[in-house]
Amino acid sequence: MSVAEQTDVTSGFEMVVGLEVHVQLKTASKAFCGCSTNFGAPPNQNTCPVCLALPGALPVLNARAVELALRIALGFGFTVNHRSVFARKNYFYPDLPKGYQISQHDQPIAEHGALDIGLVVSGAPRVIRITRAHMEEDAGKSIHDRYDSATAVDLNRSGVPLVEIVSEPDMRSPEEAGAYLRTLKQILLYLDVSDCNMEEGSLRVDANVSARPFGQTTLGTKCEVKNMNSFSGVEKALATEFRRQCGVLTAGGTVQQQTLLWDGHKGEIRPARSKEGSSDYRYFPEPDLPPLIVTDAELSHVRATLPELPVARRARYVALGLSEYDVQELTSDPATGPYFEAVLTLHADPKAVSNWVTGEVRAALNERSAEWTAVPLEPARLAALLNLLRDGTVSSSAAKKIFAQLLTSADTPKVIAERDGLIQVRDDDALAGWVDEVLAENPQEAARFAAGEKKLQGLLVGLVMKKSQGRADPRLVNQLLSTRASG
Amino acid sequence: MSGMDGHELSAADTASAVGAGTLSATDVCTAALERAMAGADLNAYITLASDGDVRAMAGAAPRGLLHGVPVAVKDNIATTALSTSCGSKILQGWVSPYEATAVAKLHAAGAVIIGKTNMDEFAMGSSTENSAYGPTLNPLDHARVPGGSSGGSAAAVAAGHCRISFGSETGGSVRQPAAFCGIVGVKPTYGRVSRFGLVAFASSLDHIGVFGRSVDDAALGLQVIAGHDPHDATSVDTPVDVYRDQAGQSLIGLVVGVPTEYFPATLDPQIRARCDRALDRLRQLGAEVRPVSLPHTDLAIPVYYILAPAEASSNLARFDGVRYGPRAPADDLREMYEQTRSVGFGPEVTRRIILGTYVLSQGHYDAYYRKAMLVREKITEDFARVFASGVHVLFTPTTPSPAFGFGTRSDPIEMYLSDIFTATANLAGVPAMSQPIGLVDGMPVGGQLLAAHFREADMFRAAFALEGALGSEALT
Repeated sequence: MSVAEQTDVTSGFEMVVGLEVHVQLKTASKAFCGCSTNFGAPPNQNTCPVCLALPGALPVLNARAVELALRIALGFGFTVNHRSVFARKNYFYPDLPKGYQISQHDQPIAEHGALDIGLVVSGAPRVIRITRAHMEEDAGKSIHDRYDSATAVDLNRSGVPLVEIVSEPDMRSPEEAGAYLRTLKQILLYLDVSDCNMEEGSLRVDANVSARPFGQTTLGTKCEVKNMNSFSGVEKALATEFRRQCGVLTAGGTVQQQTLLWDGHKGEIRPARSKEGSSDYRYFPEPDLPPLIVTDAELSHVRATLPELPVARRARYVALGLSEYDVQELTSDPATGPYFEAVLTLHADPKAVSNWVTGEVRAALNERSAEWTAVPLEPARLAALLNLLRDGTVSSSAAKKIFAQLLTSADTPKVIAERDGLIQVRDDDALAGWVDEVLAENPQEAARFAAGEKKLQGLLVGLVMKKSQGRADPRLVNQLLSTRASG
Repeated sequence: MSGMDGHELSAADTASAVGAGTLSATDVCTAALERAMAGADLNAYITLASDGDVRAMAGAAPRGLLHGVPVAVKDNIATTALSTSCGSKILQGWVSPYEATAVAKLHAAGAVIIGKTNMDEFAMGSSTENSAYGPTLNPLDHARVPGGSSGGSAAAVAAGHCRISFGSETGGSVRQPAAFCGIVGVKPTYGRVSRFGLVAFASSLDHIGVFGRSVDDAALGLQVIAGHDPHDATSVDTPVDVYRDQAGQSLIGLVVGVPTEYFPATLDPQIRARCDRALDRLRQLGAEVRPVSLPHTDLAIPVYYILAPAEASSNLARFDGVRYGPRAPADDLREMYEQTRSVGFGPEVTRRIILGTYVLSQGHYDAYYRKAMLVREKITEDFARVFASGVHVLFTPTTPSPAFGFGTRSDPIEMYLSDIFTATANLAGVPAMSQPIGLVDGMPVGGQLLAAHFREADMFRAAFALEGALGSEALT
């Protein structure tokens, strides 16, 4: 199918998207029992009578999960319900051991939020409304491909705490959905409530998508798309499903409400295996758990421990005089900023520090697949290197060589520079000697330069640098050559 | 010591004698086991402990309130030594890897569990006829039911196997069999005893309860299992009174409310007469008896039979053949679920699962479940208002009839009505107990005392006094 034909199918239709994001909370133990939430343990190791749903076992709410849920609620500016109610969502499936999921239904812990996704459409910022955020527990995992004619069930994940964040159907394109997800994830990472790792399933996205003719205000029939394991996968799945629905509508058909699975390898959508009674979950209040009461004191405590969020950090960095690009780079994840600021206290040049932190340091981290919490270079040593660079003791190319050594050596930048002969030569006599030699060895160029051919200055500086084995301070060499030209 | 195996002694005296060394815990407990085996025709137990296990447990019993006291435990309370089947085929032979909190407390107090008692499947029934392992007979008349659903535990005490046993209540399943078997049965306040390890029927109505040969036995049994449990979010952290301290307390100043709704014109006149006699005794002891009204009483049964099945339909979903219990052979998942559950559950359990699924379904939830929850509030408010008016305890008949014959209540609705005076306390969560107040047609009937939340002590104060005042009258 050509691009032109694809465009034809969707033209005239508007995409409407709402997203349900499941956020696995970073607690040490599960939502309703003391089992570890550690990812990657041998199957069914992190289990107990409660999360195996043995007869007679009862859930007890993990207070830390509530605290993290409140952190999400306050971090996104939701309205917190002082009284929320857990409910049972009933359905049969082997990886749901109780036969119901403990969730929240008509009285969630938080409601009515909004997220500015950083895009500007028609001159106005795009703000996506968020319906609600509720607490629930994860199911286990069904593994269909390990045994020939049997499904294996791993209940390590059974009972791991989640917060589900449900948006209004406010997004109109895959790009908006992607921007919403990236903004959401960034804030979640700042809040330090989740690893947000889609590959490991600690962040999962279900998309509700429908198509309608432009101008129509009522919503079309939606389909739910699951099984995307990256944000770009979400964007591709939305585009694919939207095109499918537009095709159906264009052909005069009607879209059937259904749940679909995205196959990222094939780039295809296929219908999901149906779960029993999926249309009627028979919600009712969970009698084993009293209503969750959140006091003002608890809210104040959580509010007082909220970390700085991206909006506030960006504003501070803009005030430092950094460019929009630098600010974005420094605030894209929560850990770059603290490192940047630690270096900045010792080397008060925001632009230079920003360049090094988002350039050399980030590249070094990426090479090592390391986290900002494990930077192999203490801020003080980077600052010492930048000080050498600023006062001209070393050149920028020498600084990069020193930086590489700093990652593996415990020596100070100064010691490395001296040992490796990377200190710039700024002695006038030495520089004049090299300049004289170069001019003498290249009489033709020297003559043309002396005659006013200024463009030769770069070549001559290069020759001087080569002669000095890179140690000459190029700034001073330039000055020296300039005086020769005019003199 | 001949004849000194503890059978005639109260549980408290037995524990004292074992502690003092005048009785051997092993002798007491093996004698209880022998009586239980000799009474096998009653079918009171689904599983009996082995002689060796009883000796081992008795020999190692810690010095506590129940030091060396043999007890029986209903088969829906998790024990690690004996299986826990809930009277159902779907859990046949299942041995729990963990112990119920109440069982752990019994062990810590020195009690020795001699067996797991028969019950209506998943505690759904009022006669113990719904057990997958056959009915239990009433020790006082083998042609009659012992009541239910804790019929096995009631029979074990009534037949003299042990002085204390433990059952569970969702709508009167301890008090009603206590009344039918002529013993004492106590349902504490909701939240007073941990439900951790009690296999759920209807979580918001389920309680572990106690049977005793006497008020004193029941008070001691409750004392041991009462208290807050961090493993049960619905258990409550309030101080536990010493219930046996209420023995011998005067009733002067005690106000006994008599709710008119529990004495309808249709009430069996003989039961009314036994109640009147008990109320006379309470008056003679100095209590003030006054009529009160609990106007929403007649709604308790309909509300109960909406809420209890609704919760049951969800609680019993875990019996799916995936992780424990027998699994029916099948070609696919859905068939496995259907076959396993069809074969595993009996007709009454199936009926309630279907009923509960229906009332929670889309389009029916508001009409049934939501409305029933609102009415439950009204029933709870009835009690709160009466207890706030200065009434300490309420007195009512426990059941509308004495024990009935096997097979005489084939209509489910008729069976459900045997809980008419007991279901209210489960809905409101207030403590309630039944004690023998006389015979009707040669069979015992019970008088029910109810108190405000966590005021078990008020209830025991009246119960001890009434038991003493009635004396042998309770056998007439």
